[in-house]
Amino acid sequence: MIRPYTVGSMSSGITHTETRARALRSVLAGPWGRRAWRDLGFTVLSAGLNLLPLLVMALPWILFPPISFLAVLTCAFVSVAAAVALCPWLTVLRRGCFYEVLGVRIPKPPTIERSPESSGGVWSALRDHLRSPRTWRQACYHLVVGPAVNLLGLLGALAWGAALTYLATSAVFWVLVHVFGMTERLVWAGAELWIVLLCAILVYLGPWIVSVAVRVDARAASELLGPSRAEQLAQRVAKLTESRAGALDAADVERRRIERDLHDGAQQRLVSLAMNLGLARATLADELSEPARRALQEAHEEAKEALTELRELVRGLHPVVLEDRGLDAALSGIAARSPVPVRLTVDVPRRVSSTVEAVGYFIVSEALANANKHARATAVQVDVRLDGTVLRITVTDDGIGGAQASRGTGLTGLAQRAASVDGSFGISSPLGGPTTIKVDLPCEP
Amino acid sequence: MRTVIAEDSVLLRAGLTKLLETTGFEVVAAVHDADALLTAVEQHRPELVIVDVRMPPSFTDEGIRAALVIRQQWADVAIMVLSQYVEERYAAELLATRTTGIGYLLKDRVADVEVFLEALRRVAAGGTALDPEVVAQLLLRRHGRPTDRLTAREREVLSLMAEGRSNAGIAECLVVSESAVAKHINSIFTKLNLSAAEGDHRRVLAVLHFLDGTGAADRS
Repeated sequence: MIRPYTVGSMSSGITHTETRARALRSVLAGPWGRRAWRDLGFTVLSAGLNLLPLLVMALPWILFPPISFLAVLTCAFVSVAAAVALCPWLTVLRRGCFYEVLGVRIPKPPTIERSPESSGGVWSALRDHLRSPRTWRQACYHLVVGPAVNLLGLLGALAWGAALTYLATSAVFWVLVHVFGMTERLVWAGAELWIVLLCAILVYLGPWIVSVAVRVDARAASELLGPSRAEQLAQRVAKLTESRAGALDAADVERRRIERDLHDGAQQRLVSLAMNLGLARATLADELSEPARRALQEAHEEAKEALTELRELVRGLHPVVLEDRGLDAALSGIAARSPVPVRLTVDVPRRVSSTVEAVGYFIVSEALANANKHARATAVQVDVRLDGTVLRITVTDDGIGGAQASRGTGLTGLAQRAASVDGSFGISSPLGGPTTIKVDLPCEP
Repeated sequence: MRTVIAEDSVLLRAGLTKLLETTGFEVVAAVHDADALLTAVEQHRPELVIVDVRMPPSFTDEGIRAALVIRQQWADVAIMVLSQYVEERYAAELLATRTTGIGYLLKDRVADVEVFLEALRRVAAGGTALDPEVVAQLLLRRHGRPTDRLTAREREVLSLMAEGRSNAGIAECLVVSESAVAKHINSIFTKLNLSAAEGDHRRVLAVLHFLDGTGAADRS
């Protein structure tokens, strides 16, 4: 927060004696160091800034002496409104001072949200400001904590100045009396030793008091003027949500790019190759020797298999049908290819975001794969519908049940997929079945 | 057979042209987008059109829209649609006007040269050729219809009928005898209330029943 005031160094290359010497020098130089003067300057500057709101609040009472109850109310209202209106500006000023003079950066709190019923007028703006805890925290700093701490600093500065002045005057008198022997014109009884000692202590103590006050001030300011803990967390959550959405979108875009590349390149080439091999097989069959014909046949079959595998791979990446035609078409594709008969109902009247579509697609795809592989199901019911701003997916199979999210990696993957878009995942799978997977994915309207 | 090919991938267009020319088709034009396809059809009046669904400029359903135009304006042109993926709505739109002389296959099927050529010939002769995946997907949505009363095997037989196969073709596919296929088909006719009086037309009606909901049955 503030540059450390501790003296000495922690670095290993420096010996203890050196450290001690440096510490001593730092203490001795304390009252005359740059930091002491900077803190002093800051304290004086703060005093000005602290007077400002008090002055503004006092102004209505001075200008319109409250002689009636109504006048008291009016003055009270005007001074509160003025203080509230002034708080944000003072905060900006303060933040600037802390950064420019001390190098302390106080993060900006988020802007006050307008309440939904706000009419946008002065009254509702004032009400919003009065309701916001931020206003009260700022007022607390500008009207209470700031001035109090500042007062401590000013007292320290005063003690420092007084002690220095006393010591300097005493020294001058001492020189005049003892060196130049000017006794008759000056009345000086000589310095009391204990006062001199006290002043010497104060000369060293004063800057420390000022520094401590400035330090406390900086701490209080960053607590009260910066974002509160809740606001910091909210900001962080917003930032994380954004970056996660960005990462998901990027991954999605990348998958689609790979899919396009494969489709435009390898897939076309492979279709062409398989077609040529098929053509050769069909037309050259009679002219070729038996081994050559067999080789050609094998090559053709291999090419077809490669094509099938590539198609499955591309489907797994990001099916074009999903991007072009949406969930309904893409889901009926996987449902139709499922070895276990699927009853599919999709009621999604509008397109949802491509990320949610992709997550929904993979969840159904994975759930069907599970039902086929592990559940020994004979029928699966897939139900996908858009309920307001929630995409609800239910997959039920009549298999053996006993599926556990903690054991099956596939199910963990499903839960993670759902969580990646803030969705919820639930599974009910008693031994003997049926297994029901329920996933809710929020999608913005 | 006079054929026009519309396919935007140069490689595949050349491949298809070569394939067709070597196997007795006459490729009168090979174009790369839907507009050029319509111009070519108008100019050459082909018997068969092979069209890719995704073509420039927007790479969505240009091919389907062109196919629908051709179906409306030049009713005697058989159309084979090639698609990267199955979209029932496309198939339904194509089948909505007539269920003859139309095919809808996944692009990859081209690699299976023999099967592909057979499908082309069937479509050109006025038959249908639906990709098994199209059929499976169409079947998926038929709940609470007469086809629900069919057994799994009968459903399989009906799908193969919808794909455009003959009894012999179906028997070969399911590895059963032709008489068994005939028995299944009779059972399908009974369950769908198709009386013998309707003769061979029953086969088409059964398929239409099967495709019901795509709009095919009510408009035929």
